[in-house]
Amino acid sequence: MTLIAPTRPDSPPLKQQNNRRQQTLTAIAIGGIFLLAIIVSPWILGDSGLGTMLPERNQPPSWGHPFGTDWLGRDMLRRSLHGLSLSLRVGLLAASVSALIGTGLGLVAGTVGGWVDAVIIWVIDVFFSLPHLVLLILIAFAVGGGTKGVIIAVALTHWTSLARVIRAEALQVSSADYVQLSRRLGKPSLWIARHHMVPHIVPQLLVGLILLFPHAILHEAALSFIGIGLSPHLPAIGIILAESMRHLSTGYWWLGVMPGLLLLLSVKAFDWLGENVRSLLDPKTSQG
Amino acid sequence: MLKGNHLWFRYGNQQPWIVKNRSLIVAPGEVLGLMAPSGYGKTTLGKLLAGYLSPTKGTVTIEGQLLPTKGYCPVQLVFQNPELSVNPRWRIRQILREGYSPDPAYLQALGVHSGWLNRYPHELSGGELQRIAIARVLNPSTQYLIADEMTAMLDANTQALIWQSVLSFVAKQQIGLVVISHEASLLQKLCDRTLRLADSPSLSRDSILKRKIPTI
Repeated sequence: MTLIAPTRPDSPPLKQQNNRRQQTLTAIAIGGIFLLAIIVSPWILGDSGLGTMLPERNQPPSWGHPFGTDWLGRDMLRRSLHGLSLSLRVGLLAASVSALIGTGLGLVAGTVGGWVDAVIIWVIDVFFSLPHLVLLILIAFAVGGGTKGVIIAVALTHWTSLARVIRAEALQVSSADYVQLSRRLGKPSLWIARHHMVPHIVPQLLVGLILLFPHAILHEAALSFIGIGLSPHLPAIGIILAESMRHLSTGYWWLGVMPGLLLLLSVKAFDWLGENVRSLLDPKTSQG
Repeated sequence: MLKGNHLWFRYGNQQPWIVKNRSLIVAPGEVLGLMAPSGYGKTTLGKLLAGYLSPTKGTVTIEGQLLPTKGYCPVQLVFQNPELSVNPRWRIRQILREGYSPDPAYLQALGVHSGWLNRYPHELSGGELQRIAIARVLNPSTQYLIADEMTAMLDANTQALIWQSVLSFVAKQQIGLVVISHEASLLQKLCDRTLRLADSPSLSRDSILKRKIPTI
C-alpha cells in the first residue's frame, strides 16, 4: 500500500505575491534610484534649457515644459532639478558630518559614563532648549554665511537626537544580561564591543543618518530662502522658492508649487528609504 | 569547593541589605537546592556566586582561590529569562558557540534541532531558547553551575528533559550544581540537600535539610 499526499487543486500558484522582504528591497531600490537620479541629473541634462528664452516666458505647465517657464523663459523642471541636486549634496554632506558627531558623542556618553556623560547630556539639553532655526541662523551668520555657513550650521545642530539614541542603545546593550554573560564566558571588552555593540549601533546610525537628510535639506532650503544660505546666483531649491514668492501674487503659481512638490517628494523618499532600511536591518522584520 | 563566606550585598551605601551574612558551600558533584519565597535575595546570591555582582562584604572562593575576573569563569549562571540572555541580533549558531563549541551529544540530549541554528532568537520559543542557553555553558570549563529558576516557565515535559540532561552532565563532569527555586517538589526530586533562606539570614547547619537524590 502506498500513501499519496493529496494535492490541493486550489493551491495558490507560487510567486503570486512577493513576500515582505522583496517588497522592502524593492522600496529601497526605488527610493535610492529616485534620489540618485535627482543628484546626478545636472550632469545628464547639462546646461540646456537654462538660457534666457524671452519669447517663451511665463508659460504654465505643458508637455513641453512640465514645470512651466519663469519670467526669463527658463525651463523650471531643469532649474528645479539643478537646484535640488545642489541642495541634496549640501544636505548629504551636512547630515553625514552631523551623524558622525552624534555617533561619537553618543558612544562616549554611553560607554564612559560618569561626568563625561553628564556634560554631553547637558550640551544636548542646551541644544534642544534653543529654537532650532534661531540656532541655525546664528551659527550660519557667525561663520560668515554662504555654502560653508549652511554646512557648518546644519552639521552642528542636527547631531543631538542621534547622539541620544546611540547613547541609549549603548547603555542598554552594555547592561544587558547577554553582555554580562559574555564577560563571564571570558570575552574581552573589545570583542564584546565588536560583536555585541556594533550590530546594535550600526543600524541605528544608518537609519539615523538617512532620516537626518530630509531635516538637513529642509533647513538648508530654509536658510537659503531667508537669504543667509547659499548665494543667490546658485540655483539651490531654497533660492528658487524665494524667487517664486515675488511672482505668486501675479498668478504664476507653478514657479513655487512645482519645485516645492519636487522637494516634498524627495524628502518623503528619504523618509521611506529610512523606514525600509530599518525594517531590513532588524531581524524581527527582515525575515518576513 | 565553591564557597561563599559571609556574603553581604547592597546596591548603595544608603540602600537596605539584600543579602545578609549568607554562607554556603557546594562540593563538586553535589546538587544543592536554594529555596526561599520571592524577595529573599535568591537571585542576588546566585549572581554573587557567579561573579556577576561583587559582594559588599565577604568572599566567593573556588578551591580557596578568589573567583577569577578575567577569562572563562568556572562558575556559570543560567538565567530565568532566556530571551534576555541571548543577543537578539545574533543567530542561534553564533550564540551556542560564544564560549565553546558545544558537544553534539549534549545538543541532542537537550533536543536542540539543527534547523534552529540558522534562526534568530525571536523565532524560537522560550523553552527552546532556554535549552540553547543551557547548552552554551555545558562544557568542560564549567565547574559549577547555578540554575536560577532555570525551568520555572517551562512545561513538565521540557523540565524533565532539561533536568535529565543537566544531571547527567553534572554526574559525568563532577560539577557542583546550585538549583535556585521556590518549588519544593522540584528541589526534593533533584537535590542532595536543600537550603531554606527563609529560616534564618545565616545558613546555619540546622537549616540544612538532608535529602537523597532519587533517580529521575
